[in-house]
Amino acid sequence: MNTETPAHLDGNAAAGALREVFAVDLTTAAGRCENCGRTVVLAEARLYTRAPGLVGRCPGCEAVLFRVVRGPDRTWLDLRGLTCIEVSLPDA
Amino acid sequence: MARAAVLGRLTWRVGTVRAVRDETPTARTLVLDVPGWPGHEAGQHVDVRLTAADGYTAVRSYSLANAPDADRVELTVQQVPDGEVSPYLTQALAVGDPLEIRGPVGGWFVWRPGQPEPVQLVAGGSGIVPLMAMVRAHGTSGGRAPMRLLYSVRDPASALYRAELADRAASDGGPEVTYAYTRAAPPGWPRTPGRIDADLLAAATWPPEAGPSCYVCGPTGFVERVADLLVAAGHEPTRIRTERFGPSGGSP
Amino acid sequence: MGIVSPGFSGRRRAADLPPGQYLTEDFPVLSAGPTPQVRLEDWSLTVTTETGQEHRWTWEEFRALPTEQPTVDLHCVTRWSKLGTRWEGVSLDTLLADVETTADYALAHSYGGYTTNMPLEDLLDGRAWIAFRFDGEALTPEHGGPARLLVPHLYLWKSAKWVRGIMLLHQDQPGFWETAGYHDYGDPWREQRYWGD
Repeated sequence: MNTETPAHLDGNAAAGALREVFAVDLTTAAGRCENCGRTVVLAEARLYTRAPGLVGRCPGCEAVLFRVVRGPDRTWLDLRGLTCIEVSLPDA
Repeated sequence: MARAAVLGRLTWRVGTVRAVRDETPTARTLVLDVPGWPGHEAGQHVDVRLTAADGYTAVRSYSLANAPDADRVELTVQQVPDGEVSPYLTQALAVGDPLEIRGPVGGWFVWRPGQPEPVQLVAGGSGIVPLMAMVRAHGTSGGRAPMRLLYSVRDPASALYRAELADRAASDGGPEVTYAYTRAAPPGWPRTPGRIDADLLAAATWPPEAGPSCYVCGPTGFVERVADLLVAAGHEPTRIRTERFGPSGGSP
Repeated sequence: MGIVSPGFSGRRRAADLPPGQYLTEDFPVLSAGPTPQVRLEDWSLTVTTETGQEHRWTWEEFRALPTEQPTVDLHCVTRWSKLGTRWEGVSLDTLLADVETTADYALAHSYGGYTTNMPLEDLLDGRAWIAFRFDGEALTPEHGGPARLLVPHLYLWKSAKWVRGIMLLHQDQPGFWETAGYHDYGDPWREQRYWGD
């Protein structure tokens, strides 16, 4: 609410919004930043939450990795900043 | 990579407040019964949703404070001045009231009792909450991994869980607990109040050679400073996990 | 809708606000990324037409233009509204006076990479400004300083902070939030929040 508002949180905080869409916890997945090529665990993205949606940015280059917008009965998900996502699926 | 179990759809559940416990004049623990609660891991959080009579809703995230427990959930909420949700949770909500929550969510900032390496916890203010879940899980599981906690608070009165931490620290295999005071220390305290620095880290935390997993939780500035100090001290960045929280006490 | 939380009333409402909005007295800072710190000597504003012609103003040139002092209401899609805010800025009518264009759409872009789109006509006829002063003070970086677009008749995400240029286009080109679920136009009085509203 003022100039001391923290700039960002960790990608951890997007876990609930992403779990509405995915059957796995996507915050533990690793993705490759489309802009700089760095591999980032989504939980370690810089998450901007004081916005009309959630914006996850690369901790290396600040490029947008993902965006999640939640409407009353819909979610929009943009992952185009991630060229690939690795999801661990151990045999149950 | 951390394990990723395939999970069911995330839905809102209605919990019931079974007890409330004041931790400090401005922080309260809510003990909830949540039928069908799937269980959780230490460090995970939940989303809480409040709904006004006209349909207006507010959602906030709060860390789980208790060790994994069958169908019980404990949240410790720090009241934020002028907050929209935390004053309701810390003052208005009473035993017997319903509260909507969903979770647990977040599998990254998690400590599992099976982890063999030493554990270093560093908390700033109410950032202690998910780390307390780890301390409690460590005690419940009889965890053999040695655990240390460095807890930065403004002054003695604002420390959460002080008595319980003292008990646990005194017990066999319990965590080593060190307080850092930023504004006012107890009489006779050996260190001038101030922020955590490299000297205090060197004195009170595991050295990098011990290969600990580090968990740092607190306000954004605190987390960034501590993580930078840990890296500068020689800790592997990949062994440092962080959780920043926003002005609402949880993540908005 | 969830179960009602007993005794939870949420925020204050006012009857004369657009649907679904709540009144706020403070000025929330929303940000989709780090706050750009732009030095005035490095700042410029560029209007690029559909033919690629560029019109560019340095800070000095921009500040030599005549200014206006609108008092307007702000409506943020995150549901807060703030009434009677006082600004100083240069009208887009002034900036576009000598720009030859047949474009129908505009895409504003900002330092830091943010973009937002709107019909060009919504920037004209005294409805939009490049604002550099708020409440009598220089616009702070967290509120979009040195200068931001101000289009108060649309939801506030259209009022791009840290604006650095406006592209004039024949085709509408959705911006940062418009590509992720938010409405291409965004009229708060018609509650055009999301795609299809």
